[in-house]
Order: sequence, then C-alpha cells, then structure tokens
Amino acid sequence: MKAQETMFDQGQPSYADVNKDVLSSMLETGPRYWVLLGTTMSVAVICFFMPWVYQLFVGIGAAGMNRNAVWGTYISNFIFWIGLSHSGTLLSAVLHITNSQWRKSIYRSAEAMTLFSLMTAALFIMVHVGRVWFVHWTFPIPNPMGLWPNFRSPLMFDVMAITTYLTASSIFIYMGSVPDFAAVRDASTGLRRRLYTIFSFGWRGTAKEWHTLGWAYTFFAVFVIPLAVSVHSIVSWDFALSIVPGLHHTIFAPYFVCGAIYSGTAGIVTVMYCLRKFLGFEKYIGQVHLDNLGKLLIALSLIWSYINILELFSTWYGGTSFEIEALKFRLTGFYAPLYWEMILFCAFVPLLMLFKKFRLSWNKMLVISILINIGMLTERFIIVATSLPRKFLPNAFGFYFPSWVEISITIGSFAIFATLFLIFIKWVPAVSIYEVKETLKPLRRDA
Amino acid sequence: MSTFVEKLKAYSKPGYYDEFDYHWTMTIDLDRCTGCEACVVACQAENNLPIVGEKRIARNREIKWIRIERYWEGDFPDVKMGFIPMLCQQCDDAPCETVCPVFATYHNQDGLNTQIYNRCIGTRSCAIYCPYEVRYFNWFTYTWDEPLEQQLNPDVSVREKGVMEKCTFCIQRIRIAKDKAKDDDQRRVRDGEVVPACVQGCPTEAMVFGDSNDPEAKVSKMMKNPRGYAVLEELNTTPSIVYLKKAHA
Repeated sequence: MKAQETMFDQGQPSYADVNKDVLSSMLETGPRYWVLLGTTMSVAVICFFMPWVYQLFVGIGAAGMNRNAVWGTYISNFIFWIGLSHSGTLLSAVLHITNSQWRKSIYRSAEAMTLFSLMTAALFIMVHVGRVWFVHWTFPIPNPMGLWPNFRSPLMFDVMAITTYLTASSIFIYMGSVPDFAAVRDASTGLRRRLYTIFSFGWRGTAKEWHTLGWAYTFFAVFVIPLAVSVHSIVSWDFALSIVPGLHHTIFAPYFVCGAIYSGTAGIVTVMYCLRKFLGFEKYIGQVHLDNLGKLLIALSLIWSYINILELFSTWYGGTSFEIEALKFRLTGFYAPLYWEMILFCAFVPLLMLFKKFRLSWNKMLVISILINIGMLTERFIIVATSLPRKFLPNAFGFYFPSWVEISITIGSFAIFATLFLIFIKWVPAVSIYEVKETLKPLRRDA
Repeated sequence: MSTFVEKLKAYSKPGYYDEFDYHWTMTIDLDRCTGCEACVVACQAENNLPIVGEKRIARNREIKWIRIERYWEGDFPDVKMGFIPMLCQQCDDAPCETVCPVFATYHNQDGLNTQIYNRCIGTRSCAIYCPYEVRYFNWFTYTWDEPLEQQLNPDVSVREKGVMEKCTFCIQRIRIAKDKAKDDDQRRVRDGEVVPACVQGCPTEAMVFGDSNDPEAKVSKMMKNPRGYAVLEELNTTPSIVYLKKAHA
C-alpha cells in the first residue's frame, strides 16, 4: 500500500483529473509539437531515407564495409534497436504478473517503445541486405521457385522470432488500450469519435468485458515473457552459432538478453523523462518509478558486468591462439578506447545509482540512462567491428570503419524512432487511464 | 515414425548424401607453387570477375576467387616468405551453407558448395561464417570498359550488385564434361576431362583436380601423400582441398 501512496508525487488526482490530463495530452496540440514532429520527420528523411536511396542506386559499397568486414554498423544498430525493444513489453508483462502498482502509469509508453524500436530494427535489416527487393524470400510464402526458406539458418530464426515478437507486442499494447480508446471516443466528436468507436470495438465497460480483458491480458503477459527472452537469444545466435573467434561463446545468449533488458530499461528512463517534461505527466510519473527503475538498472548492470568478466575469463582460460588474438585486439587494439568507454558507462557509471541522491534526481538519471545506452550502442559496434574483420587467416585480416552513409543512417534511425513515438502520443493515450484509476484510493464522501 | 527418424538421420549428414556422385577435389602442392599468380589471372578471365580498380582494391574490395596469401617468418634480415593459394575449400560441412536463410548456397551431389546468384539476397552472413574468407561480395554493379566486355565468358553469368560470389571449381566446365559423358553412352566423366581455369593456368602443375571417388584418379593418389593437410583442419569443416606441405621450408 505504501507504493500506492508514493506513486503520486503531487497528491492523488481525482478520477476526472486523470481523464482530463491524459486526454488533453492527446487532443490538444500546440505549435511546439508540430515543430518537434516536423524536425524529427525531416531529420529522418534527410539522414535516413535519402542516404538509403543513394545506397540502393549505387550498391552497398556506399557503406564502409569491405571484403573482411562484410557486416558493419547496420547490423550493430539492428542489435541495438532490438535490444532497446526488450524492456518495454517484457517489463510490463513481468510487472503485470507480479501485480506491481507502479507499472500502471508507465507501461503504455514503455510498450510503445518496444514496438517502435522493433520497427526501426527491421528497417536496418532492409538497409543491410544487398538486394532488399528480394527480402520477402526469407518468409515462408509459396513462390514460383518452389523454395522454402532454410530453417537451419540462425537468420531464419531471427525472421521468425522478430515477426512473432512484433505481432505479439502489438496485440498486447492494443488490447491494453481498448478501454482507453473508449474513453477517447467518449470525449471526442465527429470523425475522431467514429474512428475511436471502431478502435475500441464498441467497448461499454460491462463487468463481462472487464473480466475478458483481464483474462486475455494476463494470458498475453505470460505468453510474451518467454518470447522476449527467445528473441534476443536468437539475435545473439547470429554471432554465437558462427565459428568466429570472439563470438563463438555459449554465454552469448544470456549476455545479449541481459544487455537488451539493460539498455531497454535505460531507454524507458529516457522516455519517461521526455513524457514528464513535454507532456506534463508530472502527476503520474514520479519518484517511485525512478527509484524502482534505478534499482533494476543497478541489478542489471551488475549481471552485465559479471557476464563480461566471464566472457573475458573463459576466452583467456581457453587459450586458443585465435581467441587470444581476438581478445587482445579488443582490449588493446584500435577500438580499445571504445571498449573501455563501454566498460566505464555500463559497469561503473550505473553504480552511482546506489546512492539515493542519484536515483531520485530526474536530471542525473537522464544523464546516466543516456550514458548507458551510448555504452550499449558501442558494445554492439565493438562486437561487429573487432571480431568479424579478424577471423583466422592473418593475411585476410581487415579493418572496418563506418562511412558517412552509415553514420548518417544511424543518426536518422533515432529520428525515425522519435517520429513514430510523437505520432503515437497523439493517437493513443500515453498513460493508461483506466489502470491509473485502479490505483487511486476510493474517495470517501466526507473526504 | 521410423521414416521420420530415418529422414532426420539423413538430414544430419553432411550435404545430405552418403556418398557424392562425384567428389571434386583439388590438391595443391606448395613445393611446386611459385606464387606466380597465373591461377588468379586465369580465374579472372574464365569467371567474368569484375575489374574493380585501384581505389576499390585499396579499400579492400577486390574480387579474386583465388588469391595468393603471403606470410613472413622471422625478423629482418632473416626473413622467409611463404605463400599459399587460397580459394573456396568446398567444405563438406560448410558453415556458410547452414546460415543462408534463402538456400542461395547449398551442397550439390557432386560435393560442390554452390552459390546461386539469382537467389542471393545479400545478407552476407555466409562470408561471416566462412573461416577462409573466400567469399566476395558485389559492392557495386561493375562494368567492363571496351573492348574488355568482348572477352566475357558466355558460360558464366555476370553478377549484379548485392550478391555474394565465390570459387565454383569452374562448375560450367564440370557441367559441359558431364553432359558430354552423358551423351557418350551414359559413361562417367574420365579423369582429366574437367580442368578448372586455375589448374589449367598453373605453369608448374602444382594443382591437381579430379574426382576423389575414383580411386584411380590422379587426385586420389596425390591425396594419399603424407605431406597432405587441410587448412584450419581443427574447425571440422572437412575441406575438399588438400594442401601438400613444403618439404623443407
């Protein structure tokens, strides 16, 4: 019950306040929003789509990859965005099952984060492959070649896992929003009212409807958890199932899953900050969320550090010359500064959150969460850039450095994510209206 | 149920076949190899390899299905140079085959690791999984300046941007030889009937090519040489190329 009382920093709002606050964030659009949306959209077009079109015409050679380093920033960004997607739906599902009250005001936007980072990740696959116009061949669709995809391929597992995860988390977020769509319908007129009537499936709020929703929602929560774990395990297998020194580790699946949840949770903190700042959800997103997310981040950072140490140790203990060479390059080679930056940002900076002073300050948490995600972005880059160009034959050792096309597309991907998120907050209530109301203490007549 | 188990067992075998129809194999005698790169040029001419230009070679984007790798031993001035021709090893347990999501690379019944350009979508994962780094990606669509386009081999397709390519053991020559043998009363291809371009171009006859399923073939005899070894044997890719060690370095 204590958590319930502290969830609202500025006193408990009334039922009507909740509706008004959340719906106004959707229905009232100021010039600041349009400026922001216009900026992110133009950045997305200029930095992401224009270089991509250029690359489509010229060939993948527009990127900085070469014979030895045939995978580059596109793949590392793909892993990063998949990773970022991991916390939203997973965290929301876990907290739903464990019946945490503090989840209720943040889960909607966390799940939206999952959805949009998955979409951004999928875009990176499109950017990465050499002939994107044939990418549908990876789906088991009957085709004139009479050919089924290769189910032995980890890349094929990827296609299956990501499409399943995308579908499941879309259904999950939609299902949880149905009563809120009904609230929007009731508060609006004209075309919007008709649209939201369809979106809400004619929700009336009868006891039977609530019962069905609760049952279905819990079912999906249970369903989504193993799915999320499997997705990043499979992404890690793209690397771990190869025989490349430095990647061929059994620890990779848990390492990636842990890293994914870690970076995703940090991403949630960043998104929470923005929601609070720009949409005025100070009432609903408070200290308790920061505190709990901070504690979670500390735990994840410790697990992450532990797995990192294990990886180094088992490589060193194994002692094969190829592995030692890969390890040496990672720790002391050209990209060593990036490696140590990652260790600093992901293993040491988060320890600051052990102090309550850091955990309860929005600005400090924002900085820490961004640093963690910079660290995680470089982690993925290091995996790709230090291992793949240096495999077995020293004569064929190469070097990888991203070209301007890759750097620009990386920047553009953040703009795509931001654009999707900005569109989302105007279409779906970013804070769950009905679930926040559930946490309110019933008002007594004499209160 | 039993058929299912049998199928599963068959599936786990390399290339799905017990024994290949032909098992094309090559031996490379490093004692005879002079590192003249005639094989590289022969391959370039036979297989329509693009001329990528100086700038792209400097950026490590050359396409050479066979390359001569150089290694140095010792410190200056006691330096010894060794070299080894490196081409697709046509592994029986090829890591590149399992990873391709669209079956663009697969094992055929001749023991060849084939690459189908038209099916490739360019994930480049095969090149990541290949420990020999003998897969080459078409970073651009390459063109041939006049009159070089006149020498393109009509038996080999010209690849477009975005697909992977690699040594095929001159599969077009194997096909022609097999077709001829089939027309000639369904006989088997005789030893020496198929000669890949690199083998043909080798002035010292360091390379020998043939069907190792035929115990009488020259290549089968060469393989028994005690100097024989496979590159990166410990990775268990079971390559189809046997190198014969230099007798004294």
